[in-house]
Amino acid sequence: MSQATVQTPDKIVFKKQSQAKEVWRRYKKNKGAVIGLVLFSFILILLAGANFIVPYSAATKGVFSQINQPPSSEHLFGTDSYGRDVFARVLYGGRTSLMVALLATASSCLIGSTLGAIAGYFGGRVDGVIMRSLDIFMSIPDILFTMAVVFALGANFQNLLIALTLAYFTNYVRLVRSQVLNLAEQDYVEAAKAGGSGSTRIILTHILPNAMGVIIVNTTLNVAKIILYESTLSFLGLGMPPPAPAWGLMLAEAREFMRAAPHLMFFPAVAIVVSASSINLIGDGLRDALDPKLKS
Amino acid sequence: MKNDLILDIKNLRVIYQTDLETVEAINGIDLKINKGKTLGLVGETGAGKTTTALSIMRLLPEKTGKILSGEIHFDRQELLKLSPLEMRKVRGNRIAMVFQDPMTSLNPVMTVREQIAEAIKLHNANLSNDEVDQRVETALSMVGILPSRKNEYPHQFSGGMKQRVVIAMALVCEPDLLIADEPTTALDVTIQAQVLMMIRELRDRIGTSMLMITHDLGIVAKICDDVAVMYAGQIVESGTVFDLFTGEKRHPYTQGLFDSIPSLNTRSNRLKPIQGLMPDPSNLPKGCCFAPRCQHCMDICINERPKQVIEGTHTLLCHLFADSSAAPAPQEGE
Amino acid sequence: MYRYVINRLLFLIPSVLGVIFILFLVMSMTPGDPARILLGDAASQAQVDELNRQLGYDLPFMEKYVRYVYKMVVEQDFGVSYFTKQSVFEEIWPRYKVTVSLAFIGIVLSSLIGIPFGIYTAVRQYSLWDTIPSLIAFFIAAIPSFVLGMLLLYAFSLQLNWLPSYGIESFSSFIMPALAVSIPPAAFNLRFTKSSMLESIRQDYVRTARAKGASEHTVIWKHALHNALLPVVTNVGMSLGNLICGAVVAEKLFSIPGIGSLIVDRITYKDEPVIIAGTILISVCFTVVMLLVDLIYAYIDPRIRAKYARVKG
Repeated sequence: MSQATVQTPDKIVFKKQSQAKEVWRRYKKNKGAVIGLVLFSFILILLAGANFIVPYSAATKGVFSQINQPPSSEHLFGTDSYGRDVFARVLYGGRTSLMVALLATASSCLIGSTLGAIAGYFGGRVDGVIMRSLDIFMSIPDILFTMAVVFALGANFQNLLIALTLAYFTNYVRLVRSQVLNLAEQDYVEAAKAGGSGSTRIILTHILPNAMGVIIVNTTLNVAKIILYESTLSFLGLGMPPPAPAWGLMLAEAREFMRAAPHLMFFPAVAIVVSASSINLIGDGLRDALDPKLKS
Repeated sequence: MKNDLILDIKNLRVIYQTDLETVEAINGIDLKINKGKTLGLVGETGAGKTTTALSIMRLLPEKTGKILSGEIHFDRQELLKLSPLEMRKVRGNRIAMVFQDPMTSLNPVMTVREQIAEAIKLHNANLSNDEVDQRVETALSMVGILPSRKNEYPHQFSGGMKQRVVIAMALVCEPDLLIADEPTTALDVTIQAQVLMMIRELRDRIGTSMLMITHDLGIVAKICDDVAVMYAGQIVESGTVFDLFTGEKRHPYTQGLFDSIPSLNTRSNRLKPIQGLMPDPSNLPKGCCFAPRCQHCMDICINERPKQVIEGTHTLLCHLFADSSAAPAPQEGE
Repeated sequence: MYRYVINRLLFLIPSVLGVIFILFLVMSMTPGDPARILLGDAASQAQVDELNRQLGYDLPFMEKYVRYVYKMVVEQDFGVSYFTKQSVFEEIWPRYKVTVSLAFIGIVLSSLIGIPFGIYTAVRQYSLWDTIPSLIAFFIAAIPSFVLGMLLLYAFSLQLNWLPSYGIESFSSFIMPALAVSIPPAAFNLRFTKSSMLESIRQDYVRTARAKGASEHTVIWKHALHNALLPVVTNVGMSLGNLICGAVVAEKLFSIPGIGSLIVDRITYKDEPVIIAGTILISVCFTVVMLLVDLIYAYIDPRIRAKYARVKG
């Protein structure tokens, strides 16, 4: 049978830059996503400029008369049970929370993606060993494993980072593995193999860039998840040790003064919700912009 | 004469509207299919072929697709004026459709029997279960599938077999019109021929009219009676297969389609693709849509929309033939 | 299918051994020792060593591991708490039941709330019936369960005085913990079900069903829904980890005697037997639920079912 198909000229050039532009164009059209971006930038500016915005440090304690004061012109968010300025603590606590979230996301993404790429690309026994170990690892619920790690290593910034990384890298292994399995079957990867490219090169230049969209979206949404999880850990006493300013810790302290000083609970809670939801908005916006098919 | 028409589309205009842009998918097309005949609708991806089919079925994406104007007469009914309920009685019963990709057009969690039976029961509520089963088996054997496989799921069938199931499902109610949207494009070449021949045979046996959407002129030559060539939402040329394949006058776009077919007869080193791309349908040129790619482009082509030139059964949309006898037909290999 | 179930059940064994191994490995990194903590700084090193020996804490890593597994399997003995000197199992079991039932309530409630709303918002996309629940779910997805619990506590206990703020003695005291545990995953279920349903409605086979002349009702409830629920089942299973986290939080917040709060308390005392046994028991339960989820998935997805049927041969 004759294959008299209509030819489309092969001169179509997909420029990388124009793709990014296209994504940005679609992103801009999404109201929620833009709000998220603006909110998040605002939060970043507030946190970065904390030194200039509040005249108090997070640790300065006040005299007895300054304890658990409601918001006033002097202390915008009021003071806590040690007479410390809540606004300052929310800002400095935000620095810690965001820093932890970003670092933990980065390290879990790096470790998880590498393992996932190796498992997916090499397959066979390598894949089997990695995935079976992962299965066992994942049959311990995150919170219990985190508890064990904190139990063994103690509660501080570095161990919190380790615990969060261990809890979140598994997502990336599975995500990247399935992406790689999917993409490895694509013709251009076959072509690269036939062309004699080495495995590392194929993974880095052909597979990972194409899996990037999904990874970016997941990473963004993960930052929000880690912010929530980190605050939960701090609340349970498994995160940053007092007197560090951390949102979860502030809430744990606020719990004891719920009746007398509800504002102690209000501000850190709002900080968590606003930062997590602005990141979620960005993540959702990115997903829709990167994959327009999904939004009909 | 009029009563011989099974489908008559007049001045259909369809747009897709999203937050970002408005795409003029179909810009005032006319199409006619005679009873028992097969019309081939040819064109590049994005020309509006599938949109035409979905408009007839009234299955355009609800939120974005809009029929701006036009009439679609089917038998004695005007489809665009039917209520949703009346339209449902037409779909699957009197007009059936075979979609492009058999891999995705079957429901993965229902057995083949359930899916074919659904099509029967929807339009024959009075049949008993045994009768329905009987008809499912007949339909399956009609498309060359062992009836004993009826309780299997789609994933247990190969691509070609799946498309046979889809065809069985479409023909089980013996529709008056079958719309086949590139039914063989997603299949292997060897399977394509089998499926195509089967469609032709079943069409003749049931005596259904057919709208065959394809980008393959070979398929048109094999099974169509009439052809319409679509470009950027317009029918640029239509007529009988004879008109198109052997006629003296040819739309430059149709000529381009023929030129890009590899030929064993002429000795040439490379194919001659049509240069350029289809215009952006959200921003169509103000003159002839094909002008930017046309080898015979004149000043008037850039500024004015061409008018239809009708010669018997042959219709062309091109300035070249506006003054009927003045312009010579374009020669091959210019 | 039977062979698959048996295979999966057999995998529980290396899985549990692996879990214990990982836990022992993590524990072995612990600085300090339980005897020093129990006896205080005043005790002499000889006393500390003696107590560590009695507790079996000073054994080499592998020996400790093998001995632990042996005792657990052969004698169903999880050891004795360093701290209370009581049988770990007896200490844990009543609390284990509390935590598991809390997580179970969470999984049921969050599915019952989240999935139907998710379907409904997808079907009514862009209407008010979509926007309002979706917006609420969006915000709840950004609220950690302990904050939600504190808000409930503040509103219903402190301000309105409707519900008791702690314990699990009465039905009314169970309401707030149950809500705190189930609302956040319900929001996740809603969002997930909605996107899965929207995805499913866009599929070609849904268009095929419409082309057959099926009514909108049939198209959605018969064709789209079944397919949309497949990933939802997996997602509900995956949310169990978060639910256990939620249960631990609720235990602390509402002073419920569960296993999570027990572990948190004992971390300070380095009470290794309790921590390990608690984690093992929860992990086993977790693995069994995951197995159930996989089996349900295999049951409702013919593609997976067929794969396992073939394994049998």
